Amino acid sequence: MSILVDRNTKVMTQGMTGKTGMFHTLQCKNYANGASCFVAGVTPGKGGQNFEGIPVFDTVQEAKHSTGATVSVIYVPPPFAAAAILEAVEAELDLVICITEGIPVHDMINVRYRMEGKKTLLIGPNCPGIITPDEIKIGIMPGHIHKKGRIGVVSRSGTLTYEAVGQLMEVGLGQSSCVGIGGDPVNGLKHVDVMKRFNEDPETDAVIMVGEIGGNDEEICAKWIRDNMQKPVVGFVAGLTAPPGKRMGHAGAIISGGEGGAEEKLGVMEECGIRVTRNPSEIGRLLKSVL
Amino acid sequence: MKIHEYQAKEILREYGVPTPRGFPAFSVMDAVENAQRLGGDTWVVKAQIHAGGRGKAGGVKVARSGGELEKFAGEMLGKPLVTPQTGDEGRIVKRLLIEEGAQIAAEYYAGLVVDRGSQRVVLIASREGGTEIEEVARDAPEKIHKVAIDPGKGLLRQDAGDVARKIGIPESAVDAAGEFFMALYRAFVEKDAMLLEVNPMILDRSGRLLALDAKINFDDNALYRHPEILALRDLDEEDPAEIEASRFGLSYISLDGNIGCLVNGAGLAMATMDIVKLYGASPANFLDVGGGASVEKVTEAFKLMLANPKVEVILVNIFGGIMKCDVIAQGIVGAARQVALNVPLVVRLEGTHVELGKKILAESGLPIISANTMMDAAKKAVDAAKGH
Repeated sequence: MSILVDRNTKVMTQGMTGKTGMFHTLQCKNYANGASCFVAGVTPGKGGQNFEGIPVFDTVQEAKHSTGATVSVIYVPPPFAAAAILEAVEAELDLVICITEGIPVHDMINVRYRMEGKKTLLIGPNCPGIITPDEIKIGIMPGHIHKKGRIGVVSRSGTLTYEAVGQLMEVGLGQSSCVGIGGDPVNGLKHVDVMKRFNEDPETDAVIMVGEIGGNDEEICAKWIRDNMQKPVVGFVAGLTAPPGKRMGHAGAIISGGEGGAEEKLGVMEECGIRVTRNPSEIGRLLKSVL
Repeated sequence: MKIHEYQAKEILREYGVPTPRGFPAFSVMDAVENAQRLGGDTWVVKAQIHAGGRGKAGGVKVARSGGELEKFAGEMLGKPLVTPQTGDEGRIVKRLLIEEGAQIAAEYYAGLVVDRGSQRVVLIASREGGTEIEEVARDAPEKIHKVAIDPGKGLLRQDAGDVARKIGIPESAVDAAGEFFMALYRAFVEKDAMLLEVNPMILDRSGRLLALDAKINFDDNALYRHPEILALRDLDEEDPAEIEASRFGLSYISLDGNIGCLVNGAGLAMATMDIVKLYGASPANFLDVGGGASVEKVTEAFKLMLANPKVEVILVNIFGGIMKCDVIAQGIVGAARQVALNVPLVVRLEGTHVELGKKILAESGLPIISANTMMDAAKKAVDAAKGH
């Protein structure tokens, strides 16, 4: 078990024939069970071709029907990425993971609106993706730093997730699944959505929750944890030193209107019974201490 | 991206939002000419900088004669204006807006934001015009009214009118207020705005609604489809270091501390700043070199940090994923040689090909202080700053 994806998941890559799509599809295909997981690519106008033995289709619908893929990962450039997500939603895929960074926020508002009532889940955009170690990697994270285990990781940041995973490895702990939900203000799954799945996953014993400044997703998740979570959760929030009104790299990482500060988030998390650290070097050890 | 008030008002007028008549001025002579074009005997002189709080800081003045107009324009132009949002050094005023005076009967607040909770655009309105909305939210939240807008239908006339009534707009002006809000929403969506504020929106003594002030921030990710907005960018209002950084695809923000930080990834970059602070120093900057950190990019990053006289130590924190540590190490060595490094350099590498990366740094002959963990790196950087 794990959450959202495992060794049996069938994945298509939207935007596979671009430079980024080719590079990362190959990396994912070569990771663990990837060769049987990555079954299709989609690039309009390039149907019939193949890349490294993976057939390319013109549409998501065709790729789904021909290969049985139910999950897609998107590397399409920002001006076309929202349309790519919507194509996957219309084709009724189970899950779409959008890696693309820099999608206009109004495009994402429209995407979220058109996803209402549809079955498809979205991870991202502007995220590293999801990995279930030693089974499947969908996204741009380095596979080799992970190993199979029983700790869940959910984070808005890419390299900070790798840092947390690296620290888990130092204390000898593997991961059940690691989910990067991305740094954009309007996006798919939030911390709380991923946390619910970790709570239900019999192979996850504890969870690391990594947040950052901006919005109040961490607070919402913290309150859900207080009322529902049956497993220990530890947390870190990046941006204690970030000045208000400045966008810190990620589109969503901004303290504005007196909302979204790291100290406030950490305060709420602590009130909700989550063990937090203000030292990003201590995340792994803190997790180990609550097991 | 931010723009000036006069530019925001020009955009709003295109969408049919009524504003006072006015023209921008770049010199005292411009200001006088604008006043003549406007006619009348009362004008408002408004300093144009990308920061709020101008009124209380002396950046908005009412001139009741040509002489006063010339005097105020002369006093503002070329001088720093210090507001709570500019920092202590203030911002040099290079542009003014000369506007006809308005006879205010009532003031309101109208704003649009991208709301993360509902994942929609939300209209916010209040009867407390002229006050920061954050203050109203804190002191009198019952005076704020909001409506989340259905992206498929847009802002409905009914909803717009309801909000107008709730904030106490007289019945005779409710229809006009509805039109006003609907026009704001159209501008917000079509121009890819992230934030739009009309504060205050006023009712004048003749019963007309006007946008007396206007602020619009745009989504940087959508500027590719808005050359007309990009043309409004005023580089004088931006930090030169941040402009230089953006030319090389680096995400850089100037801060006040003494430790220059070079990191890959926004979250890790913030965490690195945080741990520097935790060990007793302060970050001089936020700097995310991104995923594809070439020698050129790293070199430019070093140049940017070293151009800041406050920087006493440079701390590099890289978690190599797809980006391999040996490539980063070569970039660091190449950059350090090119820029005549004159401050201690602490480097922490982790991830893909880390041993190879460390070997390259060790064999470079450069006086690099190597660190194994983030904590180790932060401690060493802070110690090096003390000895500097």
